[in-house]
Amino acid sequence: MSTTTTDTNAPAEGRAGEGPRGLGPIGWLRWAWRILTSMRTALILLFLLAVGAIPGSILPQNVVSVDEVTAYTRENPELAPWLDRFHLFDVFSSPWYAAIYLLLFVSLAGCVIPRALVHARAVRARPVPTPRNLGRMPYAAKFGTDAAPETVLAEARRVLKRYRVEGYDDSISAETGYLREAGNVLFHFALLGLLVALAAGSFFGYRGNMLLVEGDGFANTLPSYDAIYPGHWTDMDGIAPFTIHLDDFEATFIEDGNLRGQAASYVADITYTEEPGGPELTHRLEVNHPLSVSGAQVYLLGHGYAPEFVVRDADGGVAFDQAVPFLYRDTAGFVSDGVVKAPDVGEEDEQLGFVGVFLPSAAETPDGELTSSFPGAVNPRVTLEGYRGDLGMREAQSVYQLRTQGMEPVGSSPVMEIGDVWELPDGAGSIEFAGYKEYISLQVNRDGARLPALITAATAVVGLLLTLFIRPRRVWVRAVRGADGRTRVELAGLGKTEAAGDNAEFHEITTELAGRLRNESDDNPQNPSDTRSDR
Amino acid sequence: MTYTLAAPVNETMASASDTLVIAMIVTYAAALFLFAIEAAYGRRTKLKAGRLMPVGAGAVDGGFADDIEVNVRTTEGEAKASQSVLGRIALGVTALGFLMGLAQIITRGVAAGRWPWGNMFEFVVAMCLVAVGVLLFASFRYQARFLGAFVLVPVLILLGIGVKWLYVDPGPLIPALHSYWVPIHVTAAILAGGAFMVSGVTGVMYLISHRTEVKRAQGEEVVGIAGRLPAPELLDRISHRLILFAFPLWTFGIIAGSIWADEAWGRFWGWDPKEVWSFISWVIYAAYLHARATGGWRGPKATWINVLGFATILFNFFAVNYMFSGLHSYA
Ligand code: HEM
Repeated sequence: MSTTTTDTNAPAEGRAGEGPRGLGPIGWLRWAWRILTSMRTALILLFLLAVGAIPGSILPQNVVSVDEVTAYTRENPELAPWLDRFHLFDVFSSPWYAAIYLLLFVSLAGCVIPRALVHARAVRARPVPTPRNLGRMPYAAKFGTDAAPETVLAEARRVLKRYRVEGYDDSISAETGYLREAGNVLFHFALLGLLVALAAGSFFGYRGNMLLVEGDGFANTLPSYDAIYPGHWTDMDGIAPFTIHLDDFEATFIEDGNLRGQAASYVADITYTEEPGGPELTHRLEVNHPLSVSGAQVYLLGHGYAPEFVVRDADGGVAFDQAVPFLYRDTAGFVSDGVVKAPDVGEEDEQLGFVGVFLPSAAETPDGELTSSFPGAVNPRVTLEGYRGDLGMREAQSVYQLRTQGMEPVGSSPVMEIGDVWELPDGAGSIEFAGYKEYISLQVNRDGARLPALITAATAVVGLLLTLFIRPRRVWVRAVRGADGRTRVELAGLGKTEAAGDNAEFHEITTELAGRLRNESDDNPQNPSDTRSDR
Repeated sequence: MTYTLAAPVNETMASASDTLVIAMIVTYAAALFLFAIEAAYGRRTKLKAGRLMPVGAGAVDGGFADDIEVNVRTTEGEAKASQSVLGRIALGVTALGFLMGLAQIITRGVAAGRWPWGNMFEFVVAMCLVAVGVLLFASFRYQARFLGAFVLVPVLILLGIGVKWLYVDPGPLIPALHSYWVPIHVTAAILAGGAFMVSGVTGVMYLISHRTEVKRAQGEEVVGIAGRLPAPELLDRISHRLILFAFPLWTFGIIAGSIWADEAWGRFWGWDPKEVWSFISWVIYAAYLHARATGGWRGPKATWINVLGFATILFNFFAVNYMFSGLHSYA
């Protein structure tokens, strides 16, 4: 909004001096405000909101997957920097998208607050006096009756029992459907509240990912994460110090039929504490059953295999004995890649490194290639390629990549079963495929907006239902005794929304009133005042 | 680690379900044929005054209260539609097809041992069932049988695509879908989607009828189905009414979906392509509702927004599932 007002304001000052238009700066401000808060502007901004979201679905987004953005950048080295300049990999946190929704919400506030005030006054006011000429209303009906005018109005009040009714001399004025406007205000305010909740959540929360191998634990501190995304104002030193230990993980897969290989369930049994040394609690972590601990949520996102290797040096001493998480290429067969780094084998230029492939259910393709045909570990096999030399461990490096610049290849292993040992050539040592464990990938999330967002969203739905389904409308009934002694009844209706059902409803009111009056005069013809006394 | 055959598939039910889909398609095709004859050759007959019909002065008198003199200000003529006996038969046939669709979904659910909307095929079939349900409802409630010839066209196209390209055998679901929020979320999406579909189709009818009216005003003659459509105002009201039903449901569906996403993926909103497009549809329909309340936008312009809205729903369904990768792509 600020941009709009200042932009339009600047030229205004020069021109205001010349003054033919007579618009001072205040006038321009008013004008800008009026434009901004008009329904037409709201409509255009809504369109921009929709159109602006489209690139966010077509181009990879950092919020969704940083890896995809990196891959895209690698494949389109020319284009990507340009796209990035326009924040097209971060559409939903970009300044231009923020400009759209902030303008929209300013417009919304400017539009809805005045309406709320007008409505607040209307709610307290009496229904308006009956207009002189009811025949001009969208619906108008006339009929004659023998009942006295007071009886007619008393009956009319009964028929209009859902309306707020105000009596005037020879008529009543009735109104209903106040909640529609209230609902509209509620809905729009709830949307504002939702925006505020989301903003607050993203500024103060954090989200992080890590892998956890069976039998291992994790403490909620910054270094334990493989990746962490704190908000602008998140105090990462103050995060809850809970711990989690993965006792067991179990995945089930469908074995038969054409859905073979599809996952049926994942269950991780964990032990956790609210703080180090605190009482141990257990939880069954499943895909739709996160763990809530100390204000954070822990989710099970995925799983994989961590084959165990034992590396021995030339003298047979154990230099390495660990389960190493491998990353899967696809979920159909879980063919997984990883690296083993054994720096402690010997001197710096005699270190060993291996690039490995893990096949949980090894099988041969028709053209003789080795692959995995099932995600479960039915027939686990490993193949390795060995390297010898300097691992370059003094510099930070990814645990999933081997820097082979300073290393010599030492050949490829045979296809190894559990328990197999590959003796390296030249007596450089050996590596044993000792077994495998499973790991899970976890996400830890703290987002304070969860509950406020849910509440505001639910409020918005309630407000929306009121706006859409409540029809505000007015009905007037006038009863006057004519010269012939009969009472002339006039009934008129005005729907304030464009609901077509209004006239049908007004007509029902007319017929019901006429019907009641007819019954009335049949039942007790000379006693019209009775009906008044019992109201 | 264990490997299981998670839920045995009931083969009898599975094949009954597959037979029913085909029978349902044939039935709808027959109904479409009859509806089309009614639309093209029926007699333009006055519709009774009712919920969505304008209460014209002539329409409310007579019957119960003959001494009441009513004066209604409306610029709109009487509601008329092309009608014939064939239309009634078509409605019966459609109802039969609807029952088959219901039976198909139930048998498929029994066959797979779970709620029966877990993949694209089941989703399309369910959305078509809702669309036909809305058609039947509108026929009885709003005398809107004239929608039949138009609604059954996309229904048949979608069912055809479903059977030909999206079909998968009944079976269990991936773990991410094991949450009771999924049936709630997906049910809301299906109900809203079906109603949006009928609304969009009615919007297209409105645009045709509106053009007919403009042409007639210029003295041109309009023949055929386009010349026999009900008045644009009536079509506009029906399509608006359906949005009033569908939009809050869609809103609710998005909320239910984000509750599920919160449980399953650890964030309630992550701008995954499917989420982005649900949001786009939502904003477009909000724009439609605004347009109807904005001077100069009511009428064809607002209706185009409605049609655009349904286009985004279809895009979300087909394109997003196949073109983009995302957490939702369990296609
Ligand atoms: C976040 C963006 C917005 C959304 C999603 C939204 C949505 C809606 C919806 C669904 C309705 C109900 C329409 C109906 O009664 O048929 C509505 C009504 C309304 N909105 Fe908004 N709105 C938004 C922003 C705005 C803004 C910026 C303004 C003001 C410029 C505004 C002014 C109104 C008004 C005046 C109505 C009542 C219309 C009537 O009387 O029928 N809205 N809005």
